[in-house]
Amino acid sequence: MTAAGVRPMTVTEKILARAAGLSEVAPGDLIMADVDLAMGNDVTAPVAIARFRELGIENVWDPAKVALVPSHFVPAKDIASAKLGMTMREFARQQGIEHYFELGRGGIEHILLPEQALALPGMVIIGADSHSCTYGAIGAFSTGVGSTDLAAVLATGRIWLRVPESVRFVHEGVPGPWVVGKDVILSVIALVGDDGCSYQAMEHTGPALAHLSMDSRFTLANMAIEAGAKSGIVAPDEVTLAYVRERQRLAGREREFDVFASDPDARYAAEHVVDVGALEPQVSLPSLPSRAEPVSQADRVAVDQVFIGSCTNAKLEDLRMAAHILRGRRADPRVRLMVIPATQEIWRQANREGLLEVFAQAGATVSTPTCGACLGGHMGVLGPGEVCVSTSNRNYVGRMGHREARVYLVNPAVAAATAVMGRLAHPDETGVEPPEESVITGVGASYGEPVGVGAPGDPP
Amino acid sequence: MTSFEGRAFVYGENVDTDVIIPARHLTSIEADELARHCMEDLDPSFASTVRPGDLVVAGRNFGSGSSREHAPIAIKGAGIACIVAESFARIFFRNAVNVGLPIVECPGVTDGAEPGDVFRVDLDSGSVENATRGLTFEGTPLPPFMRDILDAGGLMPWVARSLKAGDAPVRVGVARDEPPQADWRLD
Ligand code: SF4
Repeated sequence: MTAAGVRPMTVTEKILARAAGLSEVAPGDLIMADVDLAMGNDVTAPVAIARFRELGIENVWDPAKVALVPSHFVPAKDIASAKLGMTMREFARQQGIEHYFELGRGGIEHILLPEQALALPGMVIIGADSHSCTYGAIGAFSTGVGSTDLAAVLATGRIWLRVPESVRFVHEGVPGPWVVGKDVILSVIALVGDDGCSYQAMEHTGPALAHLSMDSRFTLANMAIEAGAKSGIVAPDEVTLAYVRERQRLAGREREFDVFASDPDARYAAEHVVDVGALEPQVSLPSLPSRAEPVSQADRVAVDQVFIGSCTNAKLEDLRMAAHILRGRRADPRVRLMVIPATQEIWRQANREGLLEVFAQAGATVSTPTCGACLGGHMGVLGPGEVCVSTSNRNYVGRMGHREARVYLVNPAVAAATAVMGRLAHPDETGVEPPEESVITGVGASYGEPVGVGAPGDPP
Repeated sequence: MTSFEGRAFVYGENVDTDVIIPARHLTSIEADELARHCMEDLDPSFASTVRPGDLVVAGRNFGSGSSREHAPIAIKGAGIACIVAESFARIFFRNAVNVGLPIVECPGVTDGAEPGDVFRVDLDSGSVENATRGLTFEGTPLPPFMRDILDAGGLMPWVARSLKAGDAPVRVGVARDEPPQADWRLD
């Protein structure tokens, strides 16, 4: 609905106008937006905390709207990272920040905050991590910033933003066997390029969305940054609302939220039609996400490590898909297989469903939730010349370890098939039948009760 | 400072923040320590040869990838006075200005450029000259709002200034009538 006299707007423009207290905004406008949720992790928050302290302000603007999530170097990999954790913990305690998620009660922030019903539709969410665009999957405006921007938000509750142009992707058709959100976004990045949507909002629409679960949509929004975009968004529909309501109920955080939709006559900088029905599973070759091609056409490179993890593909759908292939099979002896569920809650549900046992029996190491190998920080760093097939989002030079290591990005089914075959493989090569759509992409992907959260206890 | 002259480190396209400062060094937040490892996966000689006042000239999409502010902090800590790139990734662009590191977006700037060429950069006009090759380029000056942040020394001093002025920081933008109504509101 367009109010009289107001220009037609996209979902992104409406959220930003609301947050800026303006009746309308247009691409290019500089606005000062009220922030609904601010997030920092163990790499970015300590820098932000140092900057915040320089300001000489005592308290953050609203501790209830701040989430601190140690994810990158947890469990602490060395003394330096233990100190980063201490800085966050102490700040959370001192500021009364209740949404601090300790090891064993949290996970990777981009999957955790929607799971915990802290990220909601219609919000403006500012995260000091580039993949903060992930929250766009539930219809929020969400973007990644650096630590100083986060510090300014902690102090004032506001952020200056340039209203982005929107680019519309119309996804058509029904995804074929083994095709999930990862394949859609890799093909989109190959289409537009690594900076093809710089400074823009990628808006995903179209009939194929009805076949993409929340877990797949999180992946769509997650990799907006790999096309240079400021944000990625899916306007809420029944799938979103079922997920959000369920998560609110389970987390005991039921509150109102706003649902915005793009006006039919809203203006876009560009529009791309994507035939999802014609898509095959994709692989991005080293060392750019945009180097995506169908797995069926790619060289059958031998691999040293398969990594199923990260904020991109370690959700329940992803683990179910990998387990579907690995059940009763073993990873090739030459391959190290690592599985890292994205959050504690996902870990627990995967455990209840027997998926962790499937992985362990296949010869995988299954770890506690952490970013780990994704950023080459710890837990599976690659050596010179090693080849890794990974479900994460970046295959840059040196990203997962040595600068001569090579990383291929794929969906979880391709990763699992590759582990079994010992070389890059299409899932069909394993002889496993594709799963029923409903098995994998169950709408809403709701699971279990939320983990306990709360301010870190007072020091003894 | 509104203009710079210095010899340039010249790099290609898509210089991402993982090569500017690899994750293995992110357990530090000290500029000196980060500077010691700056660019080590791309140009291992950078940290040992950089001198204060040098420039970085690079291709498209400089600073892509991770939001780590450690990247502009490392570059600034290494003594780089200004970065000129054909284009910047957006988070890096903000982060550079926020930490007080001057940057200019300038299409074509890497044309014919060789490492060690001397460049002159004018922040006000955005014009960039490759003095060694006698080439000039028209870049885009920062929008006034961002220039104001840069001139204040970065976002923190800028916020401190606005807080002191009792104007927790200025609202920019136009009318403040009715914000848009939610298309539906859920309870
Ligand atoms: S899993 Fe990887 S991409 Fe995601 S937040 Fe962690 S380090 Fe970043």
